[in-house]
Amino acid sequence: MTAVFADPDEAVADIPDGATVLIGGFGPAGQPIELIDALRRHGARELTVVNNNAGNGDTGLAALLATGNVRKIICSFPRQTDSWVFDDLYRSGKIELELVPQGNLAERMRAAGAGIGAFFCPTGVGTPLTEGKEQRTIDGREYVLEYPIKGDVALIKAHRSDEVGNLVYRKTARNFGPVMATAATTTVAQVTEVVPAGELDPEAVVTPGIYVDRVVTA
Amino acid sequence: MTTEHLDRGPLDRRELAAVVAADIPTGAYVNLGIGLPTTVADHLPVGSGVTLHTENGMLGMGRAAEGDEVDWDLVNAGKIPVTETPGASYFHHADSFAMMRGGHLDVCVLGAFQVSVGGDLANWHTGEPDAIPAVGGAMDLAIGAREVYVMMPLFARDGSAKLVDKCSYPLTGVACVSRVYTDHAVFLLGGDGDVAVRETYGISLVELRERIGLPLDEKDRPGG
Repeated sequence: MTAVFADPDEAVADIPDGATVLIGGFGPAGQPIELIDALRRHGARELTVVNNNAGNGDTGLAALLATGNVRKIICSFPRQTDSWVFDDLYRSGKIELELVPQGNLAERMRAAGAGIGAFFCPTGVGTPLTEGKEQRTIDGREYVLEYPIKGDVALIKAHRSDEVGNLVYRKTARNFGPVMATAATTTVAQVTEVVPAGELDPEAVVTPGIYVDRVVTA
Repeated sequence: MTTEHLDRGPLDRRELAAVVAADIPTGAYVNLGIGLPTTVADHLPVGSGVTLHTENGMLGMGRAAEGDEVDWDLVNAGKIPVTETPGASYFHHADSFAMMRGGHLDVCVLGAFQVSVGGDLANWHTGEPDAIPAVGGAMDLAIGAREVYVMMPLFARDGSAKLVDKCSYPLTGVACVSRVYTDHAVFLLGGDGDVAVRETYGISLVELRERIGLPLDEKDRPGG
């Protein structure tokens, strides 16, 4: 059952210390800024954050990192021209980084949401990022065993929702949203508009409401 | 046989992009990496039927957006606003990378720090202790696309060749690169350490062999 919230602060108020939080977005596109700001105000500590990047500029995810409440970040591409908040934290040893190839990041969350215990993946074979991981030759090709990434909470941004949590997205802002929605115990989606059930074309729904626990207009 | 273009200097960045673009098969699904590879799109001929994939969930990516076209929900892998072409589609990240890993992309073009004669690629990390590593989609592309083309200057700033016997930088993928497009030459990698030089620009094959210090094979190669 999806609950419609009026206030982003209420929608994230029960995120506990130590939670693993999946945060949607590819750089700024699809980043749920209002939910991230609410999480920052909420002040949960010792968080593990999963995102493709590690914040841009001084807003959104970067502002959350700046609080010092993120213990670890799991991402594919932390270093950018405007990632100075992360860069400083990382260089001073104040944040742990697990660097994951982007497709593995997506697939490991997909696996979590789909009940897959682990999967063999060819990405990164023979590189430092798969050192020490279990490897197997299948049909003449080398694969590495990769485990799911499950979230306690997912914070994502979609374009519109209906009252039962069905989501549609906008252009490349879709990115990690649909995968993260499946991979967390509690999924919170910020949308521009919540419409009555029946107003979204069922053929066009990208994330079915079964994956979405809370929607909030922001 | 190698074609030596001795009546000119090395390729500039635009010319290099045009040489790569001319080798993209008609109708191919193609991913262009961030930076220099992105410029290949500007040289694809009208009617090439090439569909551009961007890792952040789109097929049918168009040119960079200008003025009123800028929409921050529509960006490329470098987070630059782009446009849609007719027939474009959007999909989520797991699908986007399944497309790569599943061998559905015909070609990707990537930049590199180094490529080895055996086709190993190093393009994500210099390995320096204070460098912040960032890999993005490079490892997925390297092992996923059917053909991996690298586009890079042949020589580093210190004059050392970036086509090497064995990569000294941390690897992105093993034995994955099939062609290396550089300002001084186009190399075809045989996969077994064999390197054929298809063309040189402003340098003779003899001089090229001396400067990079690798055995180069003059044989013509199918598909070259």
